[in-house]
Amino acid sequence: MLDEAKSGDMSNAKSMSIIVTKGTLDWAYPPFILATAAAAMDIDVTMFFTFYGLPLLNKNLDLKVSTLGNPAMKMPMMGMHMAMPNLAPMIPGVDRMTTTMMKNLIKKKGVASIEDLREAAIELDVKMIGCQMTMDLFEFNKEDMIDGIDIGGAATYLENAVNCDINLYI
Amino acid sequence: MAEHVLNAEGLNCPLPIIKAKKALKSVPQGEILEVRSTDPGSVADFAAFCNQTGNELVSSTTEGNVYTFQIKHN
Repeated sequence: MLDEAKSGDMSNAKSMSIIVTKGTLDWAYPPFILATAAAAMDIDVTMFFTFYGLPLLNKNLDLKVSTLGNPAMKMPMMGMHMAMPNLAPMIPGVDRMTTTMMKNLIKKKGVASIEDLREAAIELDVKMIGCQMTMDLFEFNKEDMIDGIDIGGAATYLENAVNCDINLYI
Repeated sequence: MAEHVLNAEGLNCPLPIIKAKKALKSVPQGEILEVRSTDPGSVADFAAFCNQTGNELVSSTTEGNVYTFQIKHN
């Protein structure tokens, strides 16, 4: 009974929120893939970009991948898999090499670019909120960011999340 | 031969789903969209997509590495 009353709005649309906290090329994928897939499945999606995830809202994306903090990272190479040691990014040029390898793989395997996925998310009416506190902390400007986003804080996110069927932290 | 065809071959997750959603917008209700994909994950994904969106997965077939889905727009 209570559930029926709760879902008394006109549609039985499902909703999802994602807190996006990481802004490297590899970590940008899970939130954008899930957001676009969900929106394509008629799920209302809100993405909250905070800390290192906030620059994913910048007009110009220059994303890189780092092996640091990804201890299980392995890249396919000549039919084998090459481990990427956590200390490797200390060596100059290694992160650049890993980024190039990753971008080549993405192209070769028909995986969308983050730019394309973000564009698709906008077309599918995914709501995007930039974290005000992160903007202040790291001195980011709204002018550098894409149009159509909202700026808000923890309460803005929570007001939305409390009504969502799915809440993810990535 | 279906009237509305979407070629999603060579594209990886979640692009076939996103493109299908877009393509369905121009398919009149009751008509069928045929999607062709080479992503093995799309077999499970199109079943889930149709289940969630209320469109009917009329058929899901595999021929070599090509997966074909007939989706009735409801």
